[in-house]
Amino acid sequence: MSKVQLSNVTKTYPNGAEAVRGVDMEVESGEFIVFVGPSGCGKSTLLRMVAGLESVTDGQIQIDDRLINDVSPADRDVAMVFQNYALYPHMTVHGNMSYGLKNRGMPKQEINAKVVEAAKMLKIEDFLDRQPNQLSGGQRQRVAMGRAIVREPKVFLFDEPLSNLDAKLRVQMRIEIKRLQRRMNVTSIYVTHDQTEAMTLADRLAVINEGKIEQMGAPIELYNNPATLFVASFIGSPQINLLPAMFDGQYLSSGDLKLEGFVDLPQSKELVLGIRPDELRLSDDGQFPMRVDIVEQHGSDNLIYGAILGAEQESDEETEFCFKTSQDMLPELESNLTLGFDVDRALVFHKDTGERLR
Amino acid sequence: MRNWNWRLISTHAILIVGVLFMSLPVWVAFATSTHSAEHILRNGLQIWPGGDFLSTYNEVLFVEGGVMKAVLGTTMLKNSLILGIGFAIGKVVISMLAAYAIVYFRFRLALPLFWIIFMTLLLPLEVRIIPSYEVVSGLGLLDTHVGLIVPLIASATGTFFFRQFFLSVPDELLEAARLDGATPWGFFIDILVPLSKTMIAAILIIMFVVGWNQYLWPLIMTTKEENYTLVIGIKQIYQILAEGGELPQYQKAFALTILATLPPVLVVLVFQNWFVKGLVESEK
Ligand SMILES: Nc1ncnc2c1ncn2[C@@H]1O[C@H](COP(=O)(O)OP(=O)(O)OP(=O)(O)O)[C@@H](O)[C@H]1O
Ligand SMILES: [Mg+2]
Repeated sequence: MSKVQLSNVTKTYPNGAEAVRGVDMEVESGEFIVFVGPSGCGKSTLLRMVAGLESVTDGQIQIDDRLINDVSPADRDVAMVFQNYALYPHMTVHGNMSYGLKNRGMPKQEINAKVVEAAKMLKIEDFLDRQPNQLSGGQRQRVAMGRAIVREPKVFLFDEPLSNLDAKLRVQMRIEIKRLQRRMNVTSIYVTHDQTEAMTLADRLAVINEGKIEQMGAPIELYNNPATLFVASFIGSPQINLLPAMFDGQYLSSGDLKLEGFVDLPQSKELVLGIRPDELRLSDDGQFPMRVDIVEQHGSDNLIYGAILGAEQESDEETEFCFKTSQDMLPELESNLTLGFDVDRALVFHKDTGERLR
Repeated sequence: MRNWNWRLISTHAILIVGVLFMSLPVWVAFATSTHSAEHILRNGLQIWPGGDFLSTYNEVLFVEGGVMKAVLGTTMLKNSLILGIGFAIGKVVISMLAAYAIVYFRFRLALPLFWIIFMTLLLPLEVRIIPSYEVVSGLGLLDTHVGLIVPLIASATGTFFFRQFFLSVPDELLEAARLDGATPWGFFIDILVPLSKTMIAAILIIMFVVGWNQYLWPLIMTTKEENYTLVIGIKQIYQILAEGGELPQYQKAFALTILATLPPVLVVLVFQNWFVKGLVESEK
């Protein structure tokens, strides 16, 4: 049960790369925080600074009000699960899980009890005598988790722990991680670039872009109320549909399309209209004529991808929309649909700054 | 089919010639060592074993004055073993520690130091033998095992191999160990050493053979007969032969040679599985 506090944390690597540029964040006791962001945005760097594996260039990191900038990783009382598991290949599962406790001078019996308990919790008690190379990926992942759990740390840190697993196992482990975290109630920070993982695991989600926190909040809040174009396009799968547009005082127009119902937008500025795929609907008096290019059947629903006819084009490519619909709607390829949307639910952004306007 | 047979036969013929070429001299040395001195003097080298195996080898190994004036074959064997084993262990320990420092401690001179160590490959013992001798004799270590072994154990090759191996160990292992509270020493002993065990075995074997075969350094270092290694013993016995005098004891010279080749061969045979594994496999 521990708080983690970051104030104005900055990291510049010796080669000059500015990986983290001033991050402020407060993680409450027992909270599950997820960092998401595109590759290279500094998620891992931030996490590794909390772990003590990277030095902090500037700013402060505190755990339970104790400044830990210069505390060694071992004395921070954090445990980390790595993407490639980082199990000690020559030790048994038991050895892997007990190594940290042994180094802390815990008596043998106590270690044993803890290892067995954690192993039961993770359903790996049958493998305690095996070496990592005799385990499947999922089992290795569990051992890595077990190694973190037995330590009973103040904070769990996860760096893309599930990205080496196949899709099905990933879902299963995702649920398990959530369950474990709930049960142990340990403050956790989890790095991923997987949408679904981020949305489902997080109590609060921090979207990171170019070393800064772009927005932080409950996942559904970020989905419904993104503060910037970046957050809107990063959160949500399939991705939000974006349309370049201009406002002339009456219409929001994009190429030949003129959309009604928008007010109070800055005029003659480049804007971007964002509409989630599931907010589009089929409607005869809709605003978007769409030529169907691809239909993906996902089971319960279909995703229809197509070009919006007459819309302004970003480059040579036609503006593509994705339209999420139920499984019984199967339009012919190359046929034309007319899609409508609810003006109140549409998002409008400044193109240059990415700032949300409504 | 015929064509195939012909090819098979020619391949094998080449292999057999190769094998004979390599092993015949050894065999001749062994066969000759089992004949009496007179027989060899009269008939030259022998291809078939004679009847004096036991008496010759017994004399060489266990009888005082049998081979040298004072020292026994077994004493020389012991000295060679101490040199070979001490040399191998010393090299492995020193080069592992050096590589550990170079790879894992980010001090600024790590890379230049590594290249300096690497460059000593260009300066073998023969080049620095006189200063080395000066130092060792100044320390009063002539005719001791320590003086024999220590100046030889710095190893650029070993350091290089271990460095390459350590570089290939994933960083996450170190990070996990740090989070697990391992000290630098703990990480080395608990994780790096076990991970390197096949590598260690391979280098131990190579270095044992190299140490066993050391010639120039022990020759300069040892003045007393009781400190002779087998290799030096062989040199001395042939020298005695060359100087002439009584009936030349060729069979003893050959016996000593055979005895000197035996331990390295045994070591390689017994440990060759490990050896190959260490060179080929990277278990991480
Ligand atoms: N050891 C390093 N030395 C120099 N620059 C680094 C180092 N590690 C990372 N960087 C740089 O810092 C930036 C952030 O890297 P980081 O690993 O934190 O990204 P990430 O968000 O975890 O990306 P990914 O999702 O691909 O893992 C990148 O631009 C990267 O090139
Ligand atoms: Mg990363």
